[in-house]
Amino acid sequence: MIKFLSNEKNHVFLVPLISVLLGFLAGAIIMMITGINPADGYRALVKGVLGNPRKFGEWIVTATPLILTGLAIGFGFRTGLFNIGVEGQLIVGSFAAVAVGILIEAPRIIHLPLVLIAAAAAGALWAFIPGFLKARYRVHEVVVTIMLNYTALHMINYAIKALPGSSMTRTIDIHMSATLNNAFLSGITGRSRLHLGIFIALVMAVVFWYIIEKTSFGYELRAVGFNPDASQYAGMRVNRNIVYSMMISGAFAGLAGAMISIGTFNYARVIGAFEGYGMDGIAVALLGSNSGLGIVIAGFLFGALKAGSSSMALASVPKEIAEIIMAFIVLFAAMNYGIKVLLQRLGKERK
Amino acid sequence: MDFMQIISIILPLTLASAAPIIAASLGGLFSERSGVVNVGLEGLMMIGAFTAATTTVLVEASMGAMSPWIGILTGIMAGGLLSIIHAYVSINLRADQVISGTAINLLAGGMTIYLAQIIFKQQRTVAFLYGIKKQDIPVLSQIPVLGKLFFGKVHLTSYLIILTVFIVWYVVYKTPFGLRLRAVGEHPGAADSMGINVYRMRYIGVILSGMLAGLGGSIMVLTQDIQYTYATIHGTGFIALAALIFGKWHPIGVLLAGLFFGFSQALGVVAYQIPLLNKLPQEFFWAFPYILTVIALVIFSGKAVGPKAAGQPYEKGER
Repeated sequence: MIKFLSNEKNHVFLVPLISVLLGFLAGAIIMMITGINPADGYRALVKGVLGNPRKFGEWIVTATPLILTGLAIGFGFRTGLFNIGVEGQLIVGSFAAVAVGILIEAPRIIHLPLVLIAAAAAGALWAFIPGFLKARYRVHEVVVTIMLNYTALHMINYAIKALPGSSMTRTIDIHMSATLNNAFLSGITGRSRLHLGIFIALVMAVVFWYIIEKTSFGYELRAVGFNPDASQYAGMRVNRNIVYSMMISGAFAGLAGAMISIGTFNYARVIGAFEGYGMDGIAVALLGSNSGLGIVIAGFLFGALKAGSSSMALASVPKEIAEIIMAFIVLFAAMNYGIKVLLQRLGKERK
Repeated sequence: MDFMQIISIILPLTLASAAPIIAASLGGLFSERSGVVNVGLEGLMMIGAFTAATTTVLVEASMGAMSPWIGILTGIMAGGLLSIIHAYVSINLRADQVISGTAINLLAGGMTIYLAQIIFKQQRTVAFLYGIKKQDIPVLSQIPVLGKLFFGKVHLTSYLIILTVFIVWYVVYKTPFGLRLRAVGEHPGAADSMGINVYRMRYIGVILSGMLAGLGGSIMVLTQDIQYTYATIHGTGFIALAALIFGKWHPIGVLLAGLFFGFSQALGVVAYQIPLLNKLPQEFFWAFPYILTVIALVIFSGKAVGPKAAGQPYEKGER
């Protein structure tokens, strides 16, 4: 057992697993300190996710955009960029999808792909700005993307109200030829909002894995992120690759926005503040070690926390406990160095 | 509305919006100068604001008008305490500092509302009666014309923060402590060989950043709000981070950058009263400070160089 724990090959999945366990432990301690029985809290959480088919469906609905924002952040991390702008790219993408869904009429076979392409393109375009500014002017992408998030939030709120037929809070429904909704999926999950988006998210995870691991293009992007000077010397076009990396990351984020606007809701909403999908994406990517498979698993886990938290609220546990647990998981995942050292020490003591 | 009237509205608003930004940004300055990037300013401000609002509500009955000041003190302490987590994780455990800061933001966002539900049984704190009120600054407000404009009906805290800027400048540039702090952020190896305790200096830097961000959050909630909600801080910590970069990691630069952000926010608030500007949609003014920041960053690009070792964990014996 100890040999298994201290073997470095196993650390790839052991460290995230331990982070998750410690995160739930920290959540339990916080609940205990504040006079709540953690067993009640976690029982409510599990019921909130698996209690009935409908809840199961809503879990998948919540996890879908998280997987995509995780892929967006993860792609950035793998190519040496910290794209905090996922939140803004998601907002822009969700609007683009709805705009195309309302303004254009076409048969489903054309309309749905068109809507998705619009979302991805909008996200990529919004991410082009920080990518270009970093490549051309060496402006740090973190600050620019944070600023662009707020710009997107306010500008898109305006744009939503400007679409024909919009009220002060939302647009009209999109044409049904552009929706991701699916009667069968909704039917087998007790009329939940489950839609086709999950398949898109899973396909995108494969695309992510393929680009990063299997193509020379992905290799180049990673090389530029790892050591721009060496890549330049090896004849790679560093500036161009920075822009590409940012845009691909933005495209994932834009698609995540479409999952919400044309999957969960079928319309775009005026929002007062960020909904946190981008920030959650950081947690997902980090816990998933920035790999396609890891991000999918982490997306389902955090999706469960988010979806189940409203059921916890019914059991009189404040639902923010889910956010606290997520924060601790991220914190412990960031401490991976400490955890690794601890595991190695276990092995040494045995000898 | 004539020009003087507009100025007399915009000026106090600018000062009020700038004060929390400057406070948190000075915090970021201490942390980054010591070599630890602090993306967690937003979260530290949240904890500070929540603690200040809660304390004010709880002691109001017995302390009266003193309570917001006690609130500020507890807000500072709460920010300092939470930042110890960031310090430990990024200094001792050598974790990625940006990620640790992100975790602080997530944690504070959840924790404050969670505690509000435990303490007040609702998603926000109870409204406090005694916020920081606007007042005439004694003596200075008696100066003819300018006195009323700059020192009449303002928050005392705004000027305390501006005073803090100069104190920070003195500490960072004119004291042995400041020299050590900067040395640790530029070249920890060299500093270590001269007998400076790198870890200790970095701990001090991070904890000071937590305290100042807590201060920023406290005055933000006590001057601009009536209670703490999830939207009280709404990105001010990130603006503070931008102000730090914009101000080139220098206290005076931070002051100017903070005033600039404060001004553009104030402009957004009063734009609908100004002819010509009121033709534009309101959303434009809300987005305005952020667009302006991006443009400014491009104009000043290449010149903004932060502390060399910021973001890199220090390991003894590393060359």
